[in-house]
Amino acid sequence: MWRCTLYKILEKQELVPNIHLIEVLAPAVAKKAQPGQFVIVTIDEKGERIPLTVADWDREGGSITIVFMEVGTTTQRLALFNAGDHIYSLVGPLGIPTHIDTYGTVVCVGGCYGIAAMMPIARAMKEAGNKVISVIEARSKYLLFWEEELARVSDQLITTIGDGSHAPERWIPDQVKHMVDSGGTIDLVVAFGCTYMMKLTSETTKSLGIKTVVHLNSVMVDGTGMCGCCRVLVGGETKFACVDGPEFDGHQVDWDILLARQRSYQEEEIRSLQDWETWRWRRASQKNSA
Amino acid sequence: MEEKEKKEKIPRQPMPEQAPKVRIKNYREVPFGYLPETAMVEASRCIQCKNPGCKAGCPVEIDIPAFINSTREGDFQGAISKIKEKNLLPAVCGRVCPQELQCEKNCILAKKGEPVAIGRLERFVADWERSQGEASAKDAEPSEMKLAEKAPATGKRVAVVGSGPSGLTVAGDLILKGHDVTVFEAFQVPGGVLVYGIPEFRLPKAIVAAEVDYMKKLGVEFECDTVVGATVTVDELFEQGYDAVYIGVGAGLPVFMNIPGENLIGVYSANEYLTRSNLMKAYLFPEYDTPIIKGNNVAVFGAGNVAMDAARTALRLGADKVRIIYRRSRQEMPARIEEIHHAEEEGVEFFLLATPLTFIGDSDGRLIGVRCQRMELGEPDESGRRRPVPIKGSEFEEECDTAVVAIGAGANPLLTKATHDIQLNKRGYIIAEPETGKTTKKGVWAGGDIVTGQATVILAMGAGRQVANSIHNYLTLGW
Repeated sequence: MWRCTLYKILEKQELVPNIHLIEVLAPAVAKKAQPGQFVIVTIDEKGERIPLTVADWDREGGSITIVFMEVGTTTQRLALFNAGDHIYSLVGPLGIPTHIDTYGTVVCVGGCYGIAAMMPIARAMKEAGNKVISVIEARSKYLLFWEEELARVSDQLITTIGDGSHAPERWIPDQVKHMVDSGGTIDLVVAFGCTYMMKLTSETTKSLGIKTVVHLNSVMVDGTGMCGCCRVLVGGETKFACVDGPEFDGHQVDWDILLARQRSYQEEEIRSLQDWETWRWRRASQKNSA
Repeated sequence: MEEKEKKEKIPRQPMPEQAPKVRIKNYREVPFGYLPETAMVEASRCIQCKNPGCKAGCPVEIDIPAFINSTREGDFQGAISKIKEKNLLPAVCGRVCPQELQCEKNCILAKKGEPVAIGRLERFVADWERSQGEASAKDAEPSEMKLAEKAPATGKRVAVVGSGPSGLTVAGDLILKGHDVTVFEAFQVPGGVLVYGIPEFRLPKAIVAAEVDYMKKLGVEFECDTVVGATVTVDELFEQGYDAVYIGVGAGLPVFMNIPGENLIGVYSANEYLTRSNLMKAYLFPEYDTPIIKGNNVAVFGAGNVAMDAARTALRLGADKVRIIYRRSRQEMPARIEEIHHAEEEGVEFFLLATPLTFIGDSDGRLIGVRCQRMELGEPDESGRRRPVPIKGSEFEEECDTAVVAIGAGANPLLTKATHDIQLNKRGYIIAEPETGKTTKKGVWAGGDIVTGQATVILAMGAGRQVANSIHNYLTLGW
C-alpha cells in the first residue's frame, strides 16, 4: 500500500543546468524534517541508496523538497523523473539537525546543491534572532539559483561567481576573509556544498578563529549508523556522518580521509555511467528506427 | 531390540550440494536439499524417544519427534503443520540454526554415532510446502498455502519494530492470537538480518520473501522505510493508537578494531560488505546500482558465521585469495560447523592465532596490506575460552586489497537515544526481564540481539516467542 501511494513526485524543475528540484509526497518525513537533515532515496528496485538533503518541507501538505545535482548514474536517472512518477523508497528524516542557537552574526555559505540545502538553515538562524549573511557561489552566473529565496531569509545576500563575470573575483573563503578584513565580526560560519569549498572555508576560518560547522556528504548505505560506510575522522575520533552528523566542526574534520573515501568507487561510478549512457543511446536508436 | 539395531545401521543421509568449484562462481544456494525419499529414510533413523532431548534443545520447543514421524510416513503436510505450531519460519531455521548446538546435540543417536539430521528434515518439509504452493499457483484454482487458524479479533494493536527473526516471530504469534500487528522496517524490504546479513547462497531471499508473504496473508501489515527513532518515535506509536510496542531492532552497530588505517578505502565492516552484497545486490553491479570493491586478495577478521559469510561472498565476487584471520584457534571459532566446512571446501584459508595491528595504505588512501601479530593461547577468560596472548617479535605483513572486519556488532543507539525512559545497560543494550522481555517503559518489550547482544536467528526467535506470550497477557490481562 505504502509503496503505491507514497513518494509521488508532485513537482519537478531544472533550476539551473544539472541541478534539479523535486517535491515529493512523504508525509512522515515532512512532519518531522529539521534544517540540515537528509533522506535516503532509492529510485527503483535496483537502485542504490543515496543521501539527499531536505531543502524544504510542507508539514500540512505532506511533501518535502529536494534539490540535487547530477553527478552519477542515480542522480542522472532521478533527473529524468517527472511529476507523477514515484520514487521506490525514501526514508528519513535522518541525521542530527543543524544546531540552531543565537550566535550573533551567522554567515551561511553554500555552493551547488548546498545553496538549497542552506535555505532552511539560514531561515532558522534568522528566526533565532541572528544576523544572517548568506554567501552563495557558482562557477558561472547562470548556475546561481534561489537568490530571491535566500535574500528573503537573510539580512544580506552575497553572490560570488568564479568566472570573473562578476567582479571582483572571489570564492567563498575570500568573501569570508574580505568581510573580516573590512571590519565585520562573524560569530559562526555554516558551510554546505562541495567538499573542497567546505575544506577551504574551514581552513580560512580556522586562521581567523571563527567557529565553523560543515555538512558532510559522505558515501552512505543505510543512513542509520548500521554499516559505518560514511565514517569520517573528526578530532581524531571515528564518527559516522549519518548519525553523529552530518554537521561537524569544520576545524576538526580530517578532510584528506573524507576526500579519499568519497573516491572509493570512482572506477565503478565511471563504469556505471558508461553502461547507463550506452543503454540510453541504444534505447534512443531503437526508438528512431521504429 | 532387533528393530532398533536395524535403524542404527542406516547412515545419516547426506544432503546433495553444488561442487565447491562450481558454486564459488555463482550465488545460488549451496545445498540442494533432500528428495522426498531421502527425507523419509533419514526420518526413519529417529527412534522416537519417550523423553526427547531434541525438543528440549530447541529454543522454540518444536515437537521434533512428531514432525519427524509424519515425515517418515510421507505425511509432509502433517510434518510442516506440526513445526508451524511452534515456528513460523521453518525454511529459514532449517538453514541457519546451529543444530549441532541445540536439537541435534541432544539426539540420542549422537551418543554413539551421528544424530538425526533434524535441520535438514525441517528444511525439507518447509521447502516441500512452498513447492506445493508454487505448483498449485499454476492451476486454474490455486489452493493457497494452508493458513494457520487465527483467534477472534481482540481489537488491540501491536507495533513491532524491526522485521528480523524476533520481530517476525512476535508478529506471527500475536496475529494468530487475534491482535492487529504492524511491523516497522527501516530498509526498503522486510526481513532484517535475513535479508541484509545472510547471503543468498546460504538463505535465498525468495524464501524470506515467501515467509514474509505468509505473514501478510495472515494479516500482518509491513511498513518499510520507517526508522523508529527518526521517522516516528516509540511515544508517537502509542499516540497513533498502538497498545504495545516490541523492539527487535537487532545489533545494528558495526564494531571496528580501532587500529590505525581502518578508514582506508577497502576496509569494510561486515555489516557494510554484506549489506551491499545481499540487500543491495552489489554482486550484480552494474545491473544493480550499488557498487562493491571486488578485491583479489581479501582478509576477513573474525571467525563467526558473519565472517564465513563475508569470506565466501568475497570468493563469489571473484577474489583469488581469501583468508580468515582469527586471534584464537580453530576450537574457539564460533561459526556453525557447516559454514566452516563450506568455507574450507571453497578454498578460504585460515590464519589462526593472529591479530591485526595496522592496516597499510598507498598514497591514494587505498588498502594494500595489513600488519599482524601472532598469538598464543593463555589462561581461560570470562567467556571460558583461552585468552589469546600476543607473541613478542612475531609481527608479519600480509598483502590484501580488501579487508572485512567481522568481529561482532554492538547496540545501535538510534532508537534508544530517542526513547528516554528505556533503561540500557552500560554497553547500550536494552534491559529487559529475562522471562517476559518487558522493558522499564510501560507497554514496551524488547528481545533478540538488542537485549542479548549478537546471537543467532533461533535465539532471537525464542526471545520473540516469550515476548509474544507476555504481550498477549498484557493485552488481555494487564501489565
